[in-house]
Amino acid sequence: MESQPQSNMNDEKAGDYLEKIESHKASLWEGRSVLRGRLDIELTERCSNNCIHCYVNLPANDRSARERELSTQRIKEILEEAASLNYIKVRFTGGEPLLREDFEELYIFARRLGLKVTLFTNATLITPHLAELFARIPPLANMGITVYGMSRRSYEAVTRTPGSYEAAWRGINLLLENQVPFTVKGALLPPNKGELEQLEAWASTIPWMDNPPPQTIFFDLRGRRDSHVKDRLIKGLRLSIEEEMKILTKGPAYLKGKREFCSRFIRPPGDVLFSCGSGLDSVCVDAYGYVQPCMLLRHPDVVYDLSNGSLKDALTDFFPEMRKMKATNPDYLARCARCFLKGLCEQCPAKSWMEHGTLDTPVEYCCEIAHEQARYLRMLEDGEKAWEVKDWRERIKNIPETEAERRNMSGKSKLKST
Amino acid sequence: METKVDLEAIYSISEDVVSREIEGEILIVPLVSGIGDMEDELFNLNETGKAIWQRLDGQKNLKEVVEELSGEFEAPEAEIEQDVKGFMEELLKRGMVVEVSKV
Repeated sequence: MESQPQSNMNDEKAGDYLEKIESHKASLWEGRSVLRGRLDIELTERCSNNCIHCYVNLPANDRSARERELSTQRIKEILEEAASLNYIKVRFTGGEPLLREDFEELYIFARRLGLKVTLFTNATLITPHLAELFARIPPLANMGITVYGMSRRSYEAVTRTPGSYEAAWRGINLLLENQVPFTVKGALLPPNKGELEQLEAWASTIPWMDNPPPQTIFFDLRGRRDSHVKDRLIKGLRLSIEEEMKILTKGPAYLKGKREFCSRFIRPPGDVLFSCGSGLDSVCVDAYGYVQPCMLLRHPDVVYDLSNGSLKDALTDFFPEMRKMKATNPDYLARCARCFLKGLCEQCPAKSWMEHGTLDTPVEYCCEIAHEQARYLRMLEDGEKAWEVKDWRERIKNIPETEAERRNMSGKSKLKST
Repeated sequence: METKVDLEAIYSISEDVVSREIEGEILIVPLVSGIGDMEDELFNLNETGKAIWQRLDGQKNLKEVVEELSGEFEAPEAEIEQDVKGFMEELLKRGMVVEVSKV
C-alpha cells in the first residue's frame, strides 16, 4: 500500500483518499462510457396550472389520467433499474410532479439509491414541509422553476388558474428561506412580454443563477396530438419571425456563438432521422410506463412499452434500432435531408410529430427561422434555399466575426431591423 | 465534528451517505446536506480508500482492518495504520462514517 501524505480538507481535492468529482464529467469513467447522465421521468401529465402554451398538461383532477399513471411501486422499480444501469441523475417532470401524493416517497427513494434529482416544477405546491425536506435531503441538482409572469395579472393570464401567482411566490420564497438551490426560466408569452427586464433583474438576485433566465420562445404543439383547439391557440402565441430574431440576436454573444456553433455542428444530415441524442442515455419514461426517446417525442412507433420489457431492453435493443430509421418523405428528402442548416434549424422527428403526426415532415416555422438566421449570419442571400446551396462549407467559413463586418457584407436580411 | 480516530473502535458507513459501486469504482453520494462543500458534490475513492471503505462493515474494529490489509498488501503495518487513520479522519470530518462501538 502506497504511503499517503496527510490530507487537507481545504484543498481542491478532499484529500488523497477521497476525491471530489463533478459527476457530469465522470472523469473516473472517461472513455469507458459506463455512466449514464440523466433519466427523465414524467410523473404525471396532470398539472395544477392550465397554461395557455403547454404541450402536455391535463387537469389536476383528471381521474382517468390518474388511474393510468404508474404506481408508486412501479416507479420505484424503474428508479432501481436506473441506478443499476449507472444513471447518476433522474429528472422528475410532468405535468406538475408535486401533484403526485407519493412524490415525497419517490424523491427519498431516488435519493437513497444515490441518484441526484432534478425537479421541474411550477413551485405552486411547495409546502414548508417539502422545502425543509429539500434542505435536509438536498436534491444535489438545481430545481428548475418556470416563472410565467412578474405580476398576478400576467402570471394568471398564462396559467389560467386563480391563486397560482401567490402560490408560486410562496413556494419560491420557501425555497429561498431554506436555501434550496433552484434556477428559473421564462416563457415569453403575450401577457408577460413587457416584463422581461423585471424578470431578469429579479433572477439576478437568486444565488444560483449564473446567467439571465432562458426564455422559451418556441412553443410546441400538443405532445399527444390531443386537441386541435389547443394547437391553434399555441400557434397563435408564437412570436413572429421578426420578434424571434430580435430576441435571438440580442447581444454580441449571438454572432460569436453562432459562428462557432455553425463551424462545428451544421451540415446536411442526409436521410438519417435521428442525428440528435434521442434514444441514447437521456430517454424519458412517460407517466404511463412508455419510454420515449426524448421528452417530446411520443410517436407510437418510437416509444417502448415497459410492460413488455425493461429499461435496459429499451436502451440496448429498441432505441439503437430506432436510430437506424431513415426518412422516406419525398418533401423531407428534397429539402431537410439536403439542407446544410440542419443543427441551426430545430427540425427534428419530435417537432415533425407534434406539427404533422409523422417523423419526417418539414416544419415550416423551424425552416423559416433557420433561414432568417442564416441570412442574418450572411450565409444566404434573400430568396435562396439552403438545400440548393452547393458551396455551403464556404458559406459557413465566411460567417462574419463582428457586427461591423456583418453589416458590410453582402447578403441582406429581409428584416429592416437587421 | 469529532475527528479523532480510535483504532479500537468499530465504524460503519453512515446512513447519511449512499455508496454506489460502478464498474469497480466506489461513488459516494451524500444523502443529507453538509457532507460536501458544494451542494452537488459526489466523491470517489482511490485504491487505498476503497480497500479500507469496503472493510468498514460495522463488525471489525480498525485494528482488525489494519491486520487484514497487512495480509493483503505488501506494506509495513505502521504505514497501513497511518493510511487507515488518515482516511478515517477524512471520513469522520465529513460525517461519512459513524462509530458503532468500542471493543
